[in-house]
Amino acid sequence: MSSPIVKLVAQRIALGILLLLAVSVLIFAGTQILPGDVAQAILGQSATPESLANLREQLGLNQPAYIRYFHWLGGVLTGDLGTAMSSGQDIATSIKERLWNTLFLAFWAAIVAIPLAITLGLIAVRYRDGWVDKLISGVALASTSFPEFFIGYLLVFYFAVQHQWFPAISTVYDGMSFGERLQAIALPAAALTLVVLAHMMRMTRAAILNVMQSAYVETAELKGLSASAVIRKHAFPNAIAPIINVVMLNLAYLVVGVVVVEVIFVYPGMGQYLVDHVTKRDVPVVQAVGLIFAAVYITLNIVADIAAIVANPRLRHPK
Amino acid sequence: MQNELDHLAELAGKGRISRRDFLGRAAALGASAALATTLAGKAFAATPVKGGIIKAGLQGGESTNSLDPALNLSQVTYNFCKQWGEFLVRLTPDGGVENRIAEEIGASDDAKTWTIKIRDGIEFHNGKTVTAEDVAATLERHADEKSKSGALGVLKNIKTIKANGKEVVVTLGDADADFPYLMADYHLVIQPNGGKDNPNAGISAGPYKVAVNQPGVRHGGERFANYWRGDKAGHADQIEIVVINDPTARLAALQGGQVHLINRVEPKVVDLVKRIPGVSIENVSGRGYYPFNMFCDTAPFDNNDLRMALKLAMDREEMLDKILRGYGSVGNDFPINEAYPLFSSDIEQRKFDPEKAAEFYKKSGHSGSILLRTSDVAFPGAVDAAQLYQQSCAKAGIRIEIKREPGDGYWSEVWNKQPFSLSYWGGRPTQDQMYSTGYVSTADWNDTRFKRPEFDKMLFTARAELDQAKRKAIYRDMAMLMRDEGGLIVPFFNQFIDAANTNKVGGWVKNPNGEMMDGYALGECWLNA
Repeated sequence: MSSPIVKLVAQRIALGILLLLAVSVLIFAGTQILPGDVAQAILGQSATPESLANLREQLGLNQPAYIRYFHWLGGVLTGDLGTAMSSGQDIATSIKERLWNTLFLAFWAAIVAIPLAITLGLIAVRYRDGWVDKLISGVALASTSFPEFFIGYLLVFYFAVQHQWFPAISTVYDGMSFGERLQAIALPAAALTLVVLAHMMRMTRAAILNVMQSAYVETAELKGLSASAVIRKHAFPNAIAPIINVVMLNLAYLVVGVVVVEVIFVYPGMGQYLVDHVTKRDVPVVQAVGLIFAAVYITLNIVADIAAIVANPRLRHPK
Repeated sequence: MQNELDHLAELAGKGRISRRDFLGRAAALGASAALATTLAGKAFAATPVKGGIIKAGLQGGESTNSLDPALNLSQVTYNFCKQWGEFLVRLTPDGGVENRIAEEIGASDDAKTWTIKIRDGIEFHNGKTVTAEDVAATLERHADEKSKSGALGVLKNIKTIKANGKEVVVTLGDADADFPYLMADYHLVIQPNGGKDNPNAGISAGPYKVAVNQPGVRHGGERFANYWRGDKAGHADQIEIVVINDPTARLAALQGGQVHLINRVEPKVVDLVKRIPGVSIENVSGRGYYPFNMFCDTAPFDNNDLRMALKLAMDREEMLDKILRGYGSVGNDFPINEAYPLFSSDIEQRKFDPEKAAEFYKKSGHSGSILLRTSDVAFPGAVDAAQLYQQSCAKAGIRIEIKREPGDGYWSEVWNKQPFSLSYWGGRPTQDQMYSTGYVSTADWNDTRFKRPEFDKMLFTARAELDQAKRKAIYRDMAMLMRDEGGLIVPFFNQFIDAANTNKVGGWVKNPNGEMMDGYALGECWLNA
């Protein structure tokens, strides 16, 4: 590897870290301006002034905000995310399990969705403007246009209630075998696949079509290569950067944006965990989850950037 | 005849009549011996079947839940603690109190000193025997002023708690004839040394031992072999609670066979659910109600004529029909219904009367619109309820302006802070508890700012009165005062609507004390072989 790439990559990573730090400030500030406080949220409708005062003191809510920020940042850097105010459980431990679940679901949805989307995109280009292209685009766009909960309910209705092939709820827990887990997540993974499919498929199609206008593609065609070979060997490699970009965006979505699907399928992932703690004003957990989400997002974007850099021959082979 | 038979079966289900009575009365209604026996078989249910894993899909669980019974708030922890926990007493479906760890609860003549005798030979999950010290420590933990316990409010009146051999002696600041009812509070799970060492340990003496505890996801229990009344509860080998907060997913899980029981079926879908084969709706009227609260001390609601106008402008029948689809009963502007002991059923029902409402409104001299605050979280359908009310008020010439508040923060910023808003109350086991939590002058949750010394005085007199007939008369007077001068509009009382897999689940008993048979369903139902 030559130096410009290393330099560019290092720059990206440094920028990412800086961005993450900025995000941490934003997250902390954001959680401070939520109405009500954690003590009130924990006790809910049954809060009495005495129990409120007791709980506030116990939770250390009386210190100034900036002290709490540095305290928190120090903890995060040493891997200590603190304990959840509401349940008293160690945040790192409970997040680990949830994050694993989320990644597991995202992984399987991605394993299905990405190759499928790219293959469909390639096929659409091969038969562009024909009925195959229109069919693929039509179905993919329709499945994306339906709200997630609608697709989820349709899948549940057909595959869980009518035919009982898959469970209606996707609760996963320790002691489940790998096969059982896969069966449990089949429906949510299918729903997520349908949701992200069109974006990646259309982007693949558009990016390749863009390249197809180039002179060298014409040359390849004139050389007598078959349409598939032109796409595979000449067009696709040069369209890879925008495709990676959109794939990474969708990967990020699969990790951080799946609350609705989690709720419908009762899947114990990060989204539900975050929502529960926001309503309870459990600030340490909200901060930790927010930071993890930000880290995932930034990391995937860096990966996309780096992949684009590496895929660019002009950067790979500098003069 | 069918109606009477249904009614009988319901009474039997509630445990209010014996099997013999049931057969006799069914025969008197003209039912054939065979039919009566079949009905009795259903009503009194067959012998419990042991074994299997009984599963419930429940709304109301968050990843923020803990096992500490003091912090019990939501449905899932409430249902779970009734499986692993054991209590001093429990409420019976007919409004009485049944002894559990307490073998006997006796009062001094002035109802100020109460002696709880502890039953012999009850074992905790950790093998220790339940002692008077454990019970006393539990009460101390929850009654401590610094406690975060949800039971602190009802235990405030306790002055001293002493363990004495096999007895616990509790002295109260003010006399309270309802003390045994307080001990049924679902926070008061008896724990070893009161849970002072480790409140989250999940150890008590209930029919199931905590096996799985993943807040917001799943809770599970294994049958406790040494449960002291194993013939009555703990039929399934294991219990499982899956947290399913989405109503559609809950129903799908029941239909798909992943769970056997679910709670909180929405009134709007009940009629559809009834048509699903293999699913039965289990609904029971409870004590919960959905009030419109007016602050009696804040203008313009400090004017009783205006309050009366607003009460008369409420079309209760329509509300019940449209918001709860009939799954409830109309309210009468005081917080008590027939599910309470010592309820006087002869109090006249207030009806929708736009002309009279208009009269009172004119008399009040108020003009302009009145701001009503509502939110989705107040109760299911609260926004629709506010709009319906706006319409019925318009018929009386009263203009209501609706402000829809965000659900987030409704309980901290709107309820009990703003002068006219929608809310919900879960009800309490006794009239005394209900009034003292929400309607005496000094109550923190006096969410209608109803401050009437004569009302408070009646409540305290009734509380110390051991003669039930006299108490009932006092409660009647209080209800009338509240109904005619209070700041409370009660359109309806709700029902608990659960659903069960008809073929698989046996042993369901209607229980007005709470959803899922007052939380005892998992342990007291069984899976048919």
